[in-house]
Amino acid sequence: MKRAGLMDRRSFLVVTAGTGAGLCLAVAEAKAGQSGGGEPAELAANAFVAIGVDGRVTVTVKHLEMGQGVATGLPVLVAEELEVDPASIRVEFAPADAKRYNNLFWGPSQGTGGSTATANSWEQLRKAGAAAREMLIEAAAQLLRVDRGALIAMNGSIVHMGSGRTLPYGELVATAALLTPPASPPLKPVSDFRLIGRNGVKRKDARDKIDGSARYGLDMRFPYMLTALVARAPVFGAKVVSYDRRAALAVPGVEAVVAISSGITVAANSTWAAMKGRDALKIQWAEPALRPSTDTIRGEWTALLGRTGMPARDEGDAEAALARGARRLSAVYEVPYLAHAPMEPLNCVVRLSPGKCEIWAGCQFQTHDQAMAAKAAGLSPEQVEINTLYAGGSFGRRANPASDYIVEAVEVAKAVNTPVRLMWTREDDIRGGYYRPMFLHGFEAALDEQGMPAAWRHRLVGQSILEGGPFAAMIKNGIDFVSVEGAANLPYAIANLKVELHSPKLPVPVLWWRSVGSSHTAFATECFLDEVAQAGGKDPLALRRILLAGQPRHLAVLELAAAKAGWDNPLPPGKGRGLAVHESFHSFVAQVVEISVGAKGEIKVDRVVCAVDCGIAVTPDVIRAQMEGGIAFGLSAALFGEITIRDGRAEQSNFHDYRCLRMDEMPKVEVHILPSEAPPTGVGEPGVPPVAPALCNAIFAATGKRIRKLPVGERV
Amino acid sequence: MRSMFSLIVNGERHKVDATPDTPLLWVLRDQLGMNAVKYGCGQGLCGACSVLLDGESVRACQLPVSEIGGRRIVTLTGMTDTIATHLKAAWIELDVPQCGYCQSGQLVSAQALLRRIPKPSDSDIDIAMSGNLCRCGTYQRIRAAIHLAAKRLGGGP
Repeated sequence: MKRAGLMDRRSFLVVTAGTGAGLCLAVAEAKAGQSGGGEPAELAANAFVAIGVDGRVTVTVKHLEMGQGVATGLPVLVAEELEVDPASIRVEFAPADAKRYNNLFWGPSQGTGGSTATANSWEQLRKAGAAAREMLIEAAAQLLRVDRGALIAMNGSIVHMGSGRTLPYGELVATAALLTPPASPPLKPVSDFRLIGRNGVKRKDARDKIDGSARYGLDMRFPYMLTALVARAPVFGAKVVSYDRRAALAVPGVEAVVAISSGITVAANSTWAAMKGRDALKIQWAEPALRPSTDTIRGEWTALLGRTGMPARDEGDAEAALARGARRLSAVYEVPYLAHAPMEPLNCVVRLSPGKCEIWAGCQFQTHDQAMAAKAAGLSPEQVEINTLYAGGSFGRRANPASDYIVEAVEVAKAVNTPVRLMWTREDDIRGGYYRPMFLHGFEAALDEQGMPAAWRHRLVGQSILEGGPFAAMIKNGIDFVSVEGAANLPYAIANLKVELHSPKLPVPVLWWRSVGSSHTAFATECFLDEVAQAGGKDPLALRRILLAGQPRHLAVLELAAAKAGWDNPLPPGKGRGLAVHESFHSFVAQVVEISVGAKGEIKVDRVVCAVDCGIAVTPDVIRAQMEGGIAFGLSAALFGEITIRDGRAEQSNFHDYRCLRMDEMPKVEVHILPSEAPPTGVGEPGVPPVAPALCNAIFAATGKRIRKLPVGERV
Repeated sequence: MRSMFSLIVNGERHKVDATPDTPLLWVLRDQLGMNAVKYGCGQGLCGACSVLLDGESVRACQLPVSEIGGRRIVTLTGMTDTIATHLKAAWIELDVPQCGYCQSGQLVSAQALLRRIPKPSDSDIDIAMSGNLCRCGTYQRIRAAIHLAAKRLGGGP
């Protein structure tokens, strides 16, 4: 089996049978496919766009669809230039290929993350669509023997303006396939867009996802396939000393118990047997000497807050200004470790055959995963075929430099010599590390006589995500930029400003988590700025207006959110309103949160008004959905999310003690998108950062209580 | 030890061979290949495995196969009545899904809700749907889609 198309399950089956001209899955492989009789079966204009003789357009999507809408938004970029209805486009996920499907912002590497999918594809996919269009126009000019200037592309056809003669794309494929694709096809000016920025484009994956046909890793089945679970170290850094496989092998259905690099695997002919087999395993672990606990970490890191860290930003003379300020303010903020907890637990299906390794998973780092799988399989990367499926969420978890769950699956498949479906249970997921790191933020500020901030010193303490991994070279002068993003680039005009970082090491694995550094720096900075406003006797919006005078995009989203929320309208007692603004991944988002506080301090989030400037809004409804989702994700973490470590172990295990927002806790969310002609920037992550500080600032407005440590909990 | 069980799923009778404690979820997925029923937590906490059992939304991960008896099991793909048709249409119209993994369970619970309460209030929706987690945060659209389907079915406000 090869890559699964999104739109047409039946054609998927046809294609796997090796037929289906025009729906050929090898579209991206060759310039022009051959149907066998010598006539080109399709126009494969480039690595992204193919048109069949039936006129059907196939767009190859190089990014992972994990809910953020790339399977909808990226085809729109092609459709805009190719002049076709996006609803008619068939979508395929690309094979792993660092050259053709490179993420242009990272490269050479194929991967999804950092809210880059639309931004890095913006020019590439419009050019891909435009190149196909130009080839079709040229083909029509040849067939009609007219000047190509008299031809236009319109709704899936080339039309001759003088005569009105119309040639559907399918009829032009054979001729166009013989042409050389143009290197620099002309692109439409923004003013001519008829799809980009318009409402009404529907999600292309919605139907698959409501009729049960969408395929995720766990839905793959092969003859003789075993389901494998791994018993991993209960304490971070522990190693297997010995294990007794007999009780596990005695469970009916368990076929193998094998040691792999991350632990002991039980492989069975059913998931239930694998679960019971794993429960029956007896393993002796050697625990490391260093077994941290959240409390001891906090103690050690609090001491670090008193010491000078590595400079991430240093303007003016913060220390001198702090010493001479009229008023001094200090605070410590804290955020916990967080699990990603995507609804689909991690899983990977592997089939090994001589000289070949096939992988089915919701891969987020395709070419990196391919290389890591090759290493584990003892093959070369070209011998590893990555079949990217839908991912049931990721939030960063699948973008793992260790390719942990992929490597595990390959190791098991190698050991048991039959296809393997490796699955993480929810408990494995919550306890398994690769968390958003815990951070402490220590602030010192000085106010001048007018109550304006004259100095701001921000010290951060938390583990580096890049340290020790393949991206460690990106750490410059002791600063892992993802630790300080959102803090070092504080947008406020404060003359004396210093940001410092301590990056202590611990055996708890950490990873990017939706919005990465901004997931905690926005909370700390936007809450502390509210403290500064309060200390200086200023309205939080009024102070930000002054300090953001030189930051038009921050200011514009802030003004819009505040206006739509009715910032100046007083709320009744027991209610409160808070705001925050933050730039992440080159997008600007402001949010105003309104809450009610019950008699016993119960917090109810009533409403969130969100304004976003993400450049040109390619598919506005997908942007709205990402803001709604980012807000829900951010609220889950702000209200409930917490992984605590005790004696080297994660204390939480499933959704009962790692609470996530539920239907009755979802506020009413209103999203307002700023009109823009700037190139598009990210939307998958930027909706998350402002919600925690806006929430906590609202809690202060309602109760007078400052929340400096997340999660807030059920009540204040 | 393994035994044979007879299950009525989506109107068809299936014979399955399983240990009595096997959760219905794994029988449906591993033995009957019913992919629309999803594993999310295994503890009845997330609702991804929701199926209808005699019309009620239940968590298939919490039901041992031996306790089903003759009760009728319906999964998302077996939901074909007018309520289901309107729910699915509303889901598409409002572009509810993001990652999509929880949506099968969401639709099952929405189906059970509209069968019981044709014109649900927001608080009816809160009660019926709060057992179904969505990490993508599609709740606002789910709520709107349930109201829309109810309206189309003649029950809505």
